[in-house]
Amino acid sequence: MDCTELKQLIEAAWPGRARCRFDAVGRMNEVNCERALLADLCRRLFHEWGFGFGGLIVEENAQQWQLRYVFYGARDAGWVHVLVAAPLADKIFPSIVTEAKIFAADWHEREAEDMFGVIFEGHPRLGDFVLHDDVWQEGVEPMRHGFDAAAAMRNRLPDTDWRPRRVVHEAGAFVMPIGPKFSGVTESVHFQLETVGEDVIRSWTRLFYKWRAVEKLAEGKAPDDALLVAERFAATTAFAHGLAFCLALESIGGVAVPARARALRVFLAELERLRQHAGAIQEICESTALVVANSQAGMLEEDLLRVSGELTGHRYLFGLLAPGGLLCDLPTEACRKALRDSKAVVAQLDELERRLTISSSFLDRLEEVGVIWLQTAKTYSLVGPVARASGLARDLRRAQPYSGYESFDFDVPTEEEGDGYARLRILFAEARQSLRIMEQAAAALEEGNVRATVNFRSGAALGWVEAPRGATFHWVRLDDGGRISRYRVVTPSFTNWHSFHLAAEKFAFQDFPIILSTFDLSVAENDR
Amino acid sequence: MKWVVKGIRTGIKTTAYPREAERAAGVTPGLPDEGAFAAEATALVERCPTQALSQTNGTISVDYRRCIHCYRCVRGVAHPLNWQPTYEWGGAGAASPLQNALGQPFQRSIHVLVVDAGDCGACLNEVRQLNNPYYNMHRLGFFITPTPRHADVLLVVGPVTDHMRVALKKIYDAMPTPKRVVAVGACALSGGVFAESFVCAKGVSDLLPVDVEVPGNPPPPLAILHGLLVAVGRTPPVALNSVPSVPGR
Repeated sequence: MDCTELKQLIEAAWPGRARCRFDAVGRMNEVNCERALLADLCRRLFHEWGFGFGGLIVEENAQQWQLRYVFYGARDAGWVHVLVAAPLADKIFPSIVTEAKIFAADWHEREAEDMFGVIFEGHPRLGDFVLHDDVWQEGVEPMRHGFDAAAAMRNRLPDTDWRPRRVVHEAGAFVMPIGPKFSGVTESVHFQLETVGEDVIRSWTRLFYKWRAVEKLAEGKAPDDALLVAERFAATTAFAHGLAFCLALESIGGVAVPARARALRVFLAELERLRQHAGAIQEICESTALVVANSQAGMLEEDLLRVSGELTGHRYLFGLLAPGGLLCDLPTEACRKALRDSKAVVAQLDELERRLTISSSFLDRLEEVGVIWLQTAKTYSLVGPVARASGLARDLRRAQPYSGYESFDFDVPTEEEGDGYARLRILFAEARQSLRIMEQAAAALEEGNVRATVNFRSGAALGWVEAPRGATFHWVRLDDGGRISRYRVVTPSFTNWHSFHLAAEKFAFQDFPIILSTFDLSVAENDR
Repeated sequence: MKWVVKGIRTGIKTTAYPREAERAAGVTPGLPDEGAFAAEATALVERCPTQALSQTNGTISVDYRRCIHCYRCVRGVAHPLNWQPTYEWGGAGAASPLQNALGQPFQRSIHVLVVDAGDCGACLNEVRQLNNPYYNMHRLGFFITPTPRHADVLLVVGPVTDHMRVALKKIYDAMPTPKRVVAVGACALSGGVFAESFVCAKGVSDLLPVDVEVPGNPPPPLAILHGLLVAVGRTPPVALNSVPSVPGR
């Protein structure tokens, strides 16, 4: 599939009913289609032409709804944005989940229904999702432009008797509720495990306890202020999200980021990935109660936090990004030192991996645990290490390069098994690749300024980044005054949480923390 | 057995803090310092997105509860504000001036319940670091507990989202007395970048009496450790909205 051919293909398939505009610079096909055609077109893109589903972006314009379905493919296939419009009074759209069997869109449609009141005909389970029914009644549509927050709070009718549905399928089974507060230092999320005692048959996840309405919060803000929110809503991967936001703004403004800033951004993004992977490895060791390995991995994570702190001032890389480049330059010598320190950490990670792979008690707990098959990964359009551990070699740095990644030499490690152990191996392998990219980025640092001026004109664009946990998409629309009028964030955790219940099926109770830790999911990133 | 040998060979990595100051690089993001900037003060105060900076007659003062480490008073300005790499940030909460620190009976065994009330993940990750060998909170008698019934200290991170209000209140009510609340991070103290919205309170004190406040976005592990030491009464709190300028701090 080549993006230049897609226009002919689509217009030939549905003559006169789908208008296609090809943007050669962005390698993007924008398809305007009728509502009746939506499911058919999406089905072809997803199931026949091999595109992945990026996300659904709902926008409320002055007179009409505009729904934007984002698909992305391998390098040549580029991007496809499918657009459907309808007058504001007409809120019913076909569900591509049921009609086109794109399960990856399931949570997107549920969120859109909660946030905008848009109905997706045929979707089996709309309702209690982002807005919890025990806190907000149905009919509150917070992302609508006319939403009156003060009135909504005044008129709130919390349903204090509301309880999550406890569905039991098996004879003799009962439901074990866990969370939102559970275990030691964990994020807030609620699980219901259907169990007959020792074995868990099914699990059900309830998220959005931490919903902070980030997308609503950004509206009306100047881009510089919204950047603070973009960096801080999921701060373990702050740089990746800040970068995606900045890339969107730079795409709107048509700015070329200086070469030095591009190289520094790559260096920092990979440092963040390395640190986040070390943290994920530590959590896997902790979940298997392997005490020494836990301590060793914990020290390596802290080492990398200190490397980040020493290089940039902030352990989570806050306050570096700015639209058009970086807020401040980093001395080349300091980057080289950070590289040397990171190299030492990766050498220790390698040693840790060697030790772990010969610890049979450890492997017993990871192998064939929490399996995600390749077909599931495709159907749910999974991203990041989780997808790559199941054999889906999807990496935006390679598929749709940004910030100069096309000039770096690196591998995209994949595994076939899709179990906990495969995911652990991916984390180690990617840490090595990150170091490889950091070496090239440090070598590519040429003298020069690090910031170009961005003219915040009206427009909209998508920014995308392969964050440590997988692909993230940030859609930004600026109004005439250069302020944010729509900000939509699709995060890797949102995408991957959706499939978590499939991995957490038919397992023993003590495996639950292990399955959870090998997925490396962030609740903050999902809940936004 | 190989793991045991590896563990022993690693040696002692634990910080000497609080006995001695920790001097390793990168252990803290630091906080802005106060001082006189006659000509630039107004410009710096205007750059601060959370109104953490204010000025009277050109002298800048800092409300540390509001600082979100955006570095806009340091980066991209001609005359940057001075930042200090400190980490002893535990201050007394407004609700309780800490005449009643937990005190002697609790000095060597404190059980801490950590609750995420809408945290971005960074504060929580820094709390998690307290269990790694570099910080090893156990040596100071701090233990993480998963149940409110065993908890002496409630450590809250995040600005308190509406969806977490009920859970947080229930957890607090389920804890036996005497109990102390430690709010960690700019979001837990002032709501940070999320306050105050229709789904978010502006910090823990909207819901619970806060005894100890630890600013920072996120506060580094040493700052959280200091906050816990303050909660027990092993070290005095620092002032969070008028810290004396260098030298002498």
